[in-house]
Amino acid sequence: MSDDKMTAFRAEMRAWLQENCPEEMRDGLMTEESICWGGKSWTFSSPAQKLWLERCAAKGYTVPTWPVAYGGAGFSRDQEKIFLEEMDRLNARLPLQSFGIWMLGPALLHFGTHEQKLRYLPPVARGELRWCQGYSEPGAGSDLANVQTHGAEGGDHWLVNGQKIWTSYADKADWIFALVRTDRDAPKHKGISFLLINMEDPGIETRPIKMISGVSPFCETFFTDVKVPKDQIVGAENAGWDVAKYLLTHEREMISAGGAALSGGGRALGAVIADTVRDMDAVLRADAMRCEVDGLALGLTLERYKDQAAAGQGAGDASAMLKYMGTELNKRRHELMMSAGGSDALEWDGPLGNRAGDWLRTKANSIEGGTSEVMLSIVSRRILGLPG
Amino acid sequence: MTKLVRTDEETLLADMARSFLEREAPLSKLRQMRDQGRTHDAAAWKAMAELGWAGVLVPESAGGSDMGFAAANVIAEEMGRTLAVAPFLSTAVIAATTLRQVGDARASKALAQIAAGETTYALAIDESVKFAPDSTRLEARAVGNGFCLSGSKQFVVDGGLAERLLVLARTQAGLTLFDIPADRAGVHRDMAHMIDSRDVARIRFEDVEATGADVLGAVDDAMSVLQPALQAGQAALAAEMTGLAAGAFGMTLSYLKERKQFGVEIGRFQALQHRAAHLWCEIEVTSSAILNAGRMLDSDPASAALAVSLAKARATQTATLAVQEGVQLHGGIGMTDAFDMGFFMKRARVGAEWLGDYSYHAEKVAAQRGF
Ligand SMILES: Cc1cc2nc3c(=O)[nH]c(=O)nc-3n(C[C@H](O)[C@H](O)[C@H](O)COP(=O)(O)OP(=O)(O)OC[C@H]3O[C@@H](n4cnc5c(N)ncnc54)[C@H](O)[C@@H]3O)c2cc1C
Repeated sequence: MSDDKMTAFRAEMRAWLQENCPEEMRDGLMTEESICWGGKSWTFSSPAQKLWLERCAAKGYTVPTWPVAYGGAGFSRDQEKIFLEEMDRLNARLPLQSFGIWMLGPALLHFGTHEQKLRYLPPVARGELRWCQGYSEPGAGSDLANVQTHGAEGGDHWLVNGQKIWTSYADKADWIFALVRTDRDAPKHKGISFLLINMEDPGIETRPIKMISGVSPFCETFFTDVKVPKDQIVGAENAGWDVAKYLLTHEREMISAGGAALSGGGRALGAVIADTVRDMDAVLRADAMRCEVDGLALGLTLERYKDQAAAGQGAGDASAMLKYMGTELNKRRHELMMSAGGSDALEWDGPLGNRAGDWLRTKANSIEGGTSEVMLSIVSRRILGLPG
Repeated sequence: MTKLVRTDEETLLADMARSFLEREAPLSKLRQMRDQGRTHDAAAWKAMAELGWAGVLVPESAGGSDMGFAAANVIAEEMGRTLAVAPFLSTAVIAATTLRQVGDARASKALAQIAAGETTYALAIDESVKFAPDSTRLEARAVGNGFCLSGSKQFVVDGGLAERLLVLARTQAGLTLFDIPADRAGVHRDMAHMIDSRDVARIRFEDVEATGADVLGAVDDAMSVLQPALQAGQAALAAEMTGLAAGAFGMTLSYLKERKQFGVEIGRFQALQHRAAHLWCEIEVTSSAILNAGRMLDSDPASAALAVSLAKARATQTATLAVQEGVQLHGGIGMTDAFDMGFFMKRARVGAEWLGDYSYHAEKVAAQRGF
């Protein structure tokens, strides 16, 4: 884009946001309570949250880089950057976040048929349908390709039986994308299909599991004789592993963003700490400085990878690096927030809100979406070429 | 819009630089120079000048190649990979940027000499064990129409052989930068015997006479001309250290693939795989900070302070980790002088201190970020 065009585009975005972003949505909050996840059973936390989602969805701004036909705004990387900068400037909340946006969307855009994209993507963009991820099973965690949930051949459908676990928000989601074994005789990576399943179908049951942070965001999910029509497969039969891996690279990039201090935008950790600690001791200060240095550099790395992707240089396996670095940093940062909070941080919903819950939640960052150890193994085998 | 991805020209420059350096300034050259007690390779510097490196920041009107700060970083990074010895940072980056700030006819002439590889400079700034320009005490007393400099400097990189010295001195109402020939009466240079085998001097100034014509920029206002040069130097040094980290890592990775113990390549041990992978991740993240510093210096130098300190802080940490892992993962051979890893380790330690250590730059980052 030429400089003139970009200046004009920025002005357009600024004016639109100024006019359309409700005041209540300008607090930049990213807490579990403030996020809008969407979906059939979603209750908006305020009229402003609803209005903000509707206005953005009408323009395609919930998924700005998706094609217009699928509910996006068709933005280029440059335009997306400007849009996000202007959002930041206003401290605007993201209108919608969801597994549909982060995970299913990119996978469908890459592997789906035109019909599938038209059917599944616009409801995600508008926040009408909420998706969950049915990957992990009791016997298939890091060894994900070991999934045993079975899809038996049934002519025009698969008959699915089995169990998933750690399924985040399964009890709130409308649909699930699931890894299902459709060929038990093939080698383990070659017998998996990527299926889209309606959670309202008969035979699906979810049981919430309570987490150490006190909430129950994830579930056990059981499938008993669930009929999945054959047109609800993404990619070819038994080629689901490729879709699964592609989706994981997007999931990992998304998770890593939590660890990077948004360059320029987000407040510095040390500044946040200074809110509660009058005299920051030298050790805390030094640790906070290190987190700041590392967070800013990681934020730049995320930007660099996006720029590289826009220039046609794929990141691929490097998402393992982003995920590992981002989540380990986020854990460090929350340890510091706890130590800065002292005894105030030890109360559930005490003077510092949910600081303890947030801290406990970050411990999952280096587990969900592939553990840190698995990320390091991916880097060492696929990027460094070390023998496996 | 500036992008955090190398341009085609930068990629080409990096490739050319790498093949040139592997041929003309490989690590074996540093070893040879150390064994012979030499700290300057005039022929190599001449060849670098012919490639346009000495004039990388000199305007084309003064015979430079004027490639910009990001390009200077690319060159420095490649030099870091092979530990190439050259007065690149002192002369082509720091002195050239200073003189360019000055911008008068005399400065143009000096810049032309830099670009041609004819004159080398050293920045005499440190007076204690740490980089602290604000605490400069070397005094430039006003005497008649001129000045009289007395005091001492240490850790003057390239200061033993440089033809000219940029000297930061305290004057009546601030700091003033002098540009004097190194052989002026009263300048006493002692070569320091540095662990990285490079040219570093301790310099005493005993009633050294200077005139107004020796002042760069305005009296009592050194930083207007020097600050941009310090930033450029810090960024290029950070780039060099990132290249150094990548060079040390490359050796280590090769060793993991070839050394056998317990009947297998040691790179099969997951404990080592994960250490190597972690180090690679750190280098990758630091590279982003380097690229960003170059982009900021080229596009908005007045706002580049955060980017530069971030780059130097990260590069210092990363290079330190790379050389420590480099020695450890090589086992006993890593400790031998006959093996090259020690050269990386020693240069990394010197780079860590020069132009502000990790703490100095992390403090700058913290200050810029509001705490
Ligand atoms: C909060 C949260 C939300 C989640 N949400 C979802 C979701 O929505 N959908 C979904 O499908 N899954 C979800 N998961 C599951 C998550 O992906 C798995 O927990 C993860 O992949 C690890 O699997 P596991 O728990 O079986 O651990 P295991 O694989 O049993 O790992 C145990 C330990 O062994 C280590 N380990 C395992 N293999 C190796 C190896 N080869 N080398 C070295 N170390 C190894 C691991 O790093 C870990 O430290 C979620 C998990 C959490 C914590």
